[in-house]
Amino acid sequence: MALAQMKLDATEARLAGVTLPDGAVWARDARAAALERVRQMGLPTKRDEYWRYTDPSSLTAAEAPTAALLENDEGPLFEDVDRVRIVFVDGVFDPAASDDLSTEGVEIERLADAMQVDIHWAKDIYGVLEARGQKPVERPLAALNTALATDGVVIRATGKVSKPINFIYLHNDVASDAVLHNVVKVEADAEITLLETGPAAARFSKQLEVELGEGAVFNHVRAQGRDHERRAVTHCFARIAENSSFKSFTLTFNGVLTRNECVLEIVGDNAVAHVAGACVGDGKDFHHDDTVFVTHDAVNCESRQVFKKVLRNGATGVFQGKILVKEGAQKTDGYQISQSLLLDDDSQFLAKPELEIYADDVACSHGSTSGAIDETALFYLRSRGVSMTDARNLLTLSFLAEALEEIADEALAEELRDRLERWLARHS
Amino acid sequence: MLEIKDLKVKLEEEDKQILKGVDLKIEPGTVHAIMGPNGSGKSTLSYVLSGRDGYEVTGGTAALEGADLLDMEPEDRAAAGLFLAFQYPVEIPGVGNMTFLRTAVNAQRKARGEEELSAGDFLKIVREKAKSLQIDADMLKRPVNVGFSGGEKKRNEILQMAMLEPKMCILDETDSGLDVDAMKLVSEGVNALRSEGRSFLVITHYQRLLDHIKPDVVHIMADGKIVKSGGPELALEVENNGYADILAEVA
Repeated sequence: MALAQMKLDATEARLAGVTLPDGAVWARDARAAALERVRQMGLPTKRDEYWRYTDPSSLTAAEAPTAALLENDEGPLFEDVDRVRIVFVDGVFDPAASDDLSTEGVEIERLADAMQVDIHWAKDIYGVLEARGQKPVERPLAALNTALATDGVVIRATGKVSKPINFIYLHNDVASDAVLHNVVKVEADAEITLLETGPAAARFSKQLEVELGEGAVFNHVRAQGRDHERRAVTHCFARIAENSSFKSFTLTFNGVLTRNECVLEIVGDNAVAHVAGACVGDGKDFHHDDTVFVTHDAVNCESRQVFKKVLRNGATGVFQGKILVKEGAQKTDGYQISQSLLLDDDSQFLAKPELEIYADDVACSHGSTSGAIDETALFYLRSRGVSMTDARNLLTLSFLAEALEEIADEALAEELRDRLERWLARHS
Repeated sequence: MLEIKDLKVKLEEEDKQILKGVDLKIEPGTVHAIMGPNGSGKSTLSYVLSGRDGYEVTGGTAALEGADLLDMEPEDRAAAGLFLAFQYPVEIPGVGNMTFLRTAVNAQRKARGEEELSAGDFLKIVREKAKSLQIDADMLKRPVNVGFSGGEKKRNEILQMAMLEPKMCILDETDSGLDVDAMKLVSEGVNALRSEGRSFLVITHYQRLLDHIKPDVVHIMADGKIVKSGGPELALEVENNGYADILAEVA
């Protein structure tokens, strides 16, 4: 009890003097309710069950640790992709650098503008999906994001959106502390692809809430890190309706601290939910955490979690993944795999795979492994004349392939694969 | 081409001598076969020559065209012209067969100071060579050896050999796991590569393969040594009488 009280006291101290952004009644209510959730739960500490492997102190501290601006950057991704660019600089929307937001099949508004409107569709999503995602596992940093988010966009796809929407996060201030909140609603039978790229800020709290209508399709490809010192906590909450498809892939290149939480709730029959991630981490400072929770609450749905981490020079990877199959969610097909490739003895991978099943006619499988480079395969490649370094890099790409294959768009996958190849060449 | 003198090898991890003084000289353009019972050291010889970890050379030499093989990294041995067709080719998910082949070919060319093949030239050559081994476009696109049948894997080994154009080819039990048709196809692939400047060392348990790939010299290996050498008739003798007679004779 004493500990719990200490935690709440620390939270109160951290929140003292916090003022919530103004807006329409529903927006103010959503923020106030979220702040109240934070107060109830308390900000996370290393003693919390889901923070045992990742130290949240730099994420909860009042001051953001600084992060040097990116050097030797390869330049932005997806330059050749015809897309709508939405640019944020240190977490602030930059209309001048962004494309015209009017695109066929989609409405895009700045969050702050949407929050001034008395009756807005975003009211039913903003903070609502996050609040649903607080059970059974508490995610206080997500609630804090909902309360404090200063910028972001709300997107409503009404048809097949003709080109991908690309959130580009630029970082220009070594001490920036960005809190972004984006909302996406994909109406029935609509289809949208969302790309997220860029180093973002010294400290980055980002939330994405996605509501899928019946038969909707949502594809998400994100590349984060890029050897940047930033610390990031990101949340994705999605509600997945009948016959709809949700697919999300994240590639992380180094960085200092990354915690990616993905909370998917399948509420309609015959739906598909895939979440995948690949990360490459180099050095003792690297810490990457994927925390995933997929709830099956409908019949005949499929979910996949595919996470691969390459760790070296003392890097740490964490995976906490759960599949919850609720009573009556028959014919569920759930798959979860988390694997690490440890390139030396100093690196570590901490995994907590969980299955909880209350239906009797389901097929769920999960696996988690840690391993080194396969010596036989290494010899095979070298015996063909491939150098030791190139052979190791090829086998590393081979290890990551299963995660990259989760990207539906082959051109996007190819571009990320190229980046990975170059990253490996630079770091070997 | 290949000259091995009194080669002695033990396992790195345990105190077990596998090769106890192997002598072997292979002239350019010839095909040698090594036969012998299980555990005689045939596969070890192929691994030691190609540079696999886990073995310690305790004596003797092995030279490819006069160059000391045992001092080189595996990739350098490959660039120098050595090729080992694996008994169990390795599956490499996520790496396309074509990408792998091109990486290997160009790595060797680079090591030899030659220009890398352009994508177009490479593709043309691969298609041509693949065709004669009945390797279709799909097999070239698929990840290396993943989901390949036993026969497909061995044909893929021969395709690599054809692309890399080595001087000294070692075939480690290439016939294992092959049905009659597959063996014929693989053998035809090997025979097509026979030339004046290229030598072969064929390791096998059975005479069968040697019906297709006709050797100039046959060696019998037992307990870490070559105990008898002769012409192709030696293989027939093994086929008919087993190893017991030969081993008794040399004991």
